[in-house]
Amino acid sequence: MDSPATYLHWGFILISVPNFLVIVAMLVLFAIALIAPFPEHDEGDDVSKR
Amino acid sequence: MSASDSRPTSWTLRVRNAVDRHLPMDHLLPDRQPYYVGSWVYVFGVVTIAALVWVIVSGVVLSFFGPQWWHSSSVGRFFNSLHFWSVQLFFIFMVLHLWGQYFMAGWRDGRAATWMIGVVIFGISIVTGFTGYLSQQNFDSQFIATQGKDAMNASGIGAFFNVLNFGQMYGLHVMLLPIGVTFLVVVHIVMVRARGVVKPIDPEGRANS
Repeated sequence: MDSPATYLHWGFILISVPNFLVIVAMLVLFAIALIAPFPEHDEGDDVSKR
Repeated sequence: MSASDSRPTSWTLRVRNAVDRHLPMDHLLPDRQPYYVGSWVYVFGVVTIAALVWVIVSGVVLSFFGPQWWHSSSVGRFFNSLHFWSVQLFFIFMVLHLWGQYFMAGWRDGRAATWMIGVVIFGISIVTGFTGYLSQQNFDSQFIATQGKDAMNASGIGAFFNVLNFGQMYGLHVMLLPIGVTFLVVVHIVMVRARGVVKPIDPEGRANS
């Protein structure tokens, strides 16, 4: 924690590894939220049904 | 004169009627949501609120005991970490909520004010986070203050927002800014409740009516 972070450098992009990992994790989480099935409600409850 | 055939003279009655009209209890505390709300994307907003609750609770504890406690005792360091990591989750899920609302164009059908209040909450949260980093009372906060002062002075607000003044930064961080964020979050939620969640965009690109 007390040592400086490693940086990734591609052209004009300069980002620390921890920040890069957080952004990647957010993108993955967003993709999962779009794809993962949402739990259905109880029978007789038309909340999540067409 | 009856209240039904003319505007009531009592302002409390007028306010009550307006609240009944625009925010009935079945909107404020709904037990059903439309089918399209059945997606994990809609969970990001409420996780952001949950993180904010932890930010506030841990922040209240920190403000009671002060910097020496949160740096030197194990319980203090625990609450310091709890505050820090709940802030990280708050920002992560706020940005995920922002992405979700951006791609579904959450400002449609009279929800522009809800969107703009969210933008303001995001902006105030950044300033709150910045004053929080300045309030740590360690070398990190001193470094950030000395690095940030030139940017503040260059923007012209250095005279009113002095990052080297711990009392000012701490006062803003624990009082004015959290009250602003919390108040606007409550307004944001009430506006979402009043109008409901925005309908999805249909495959042809038109908003469903």
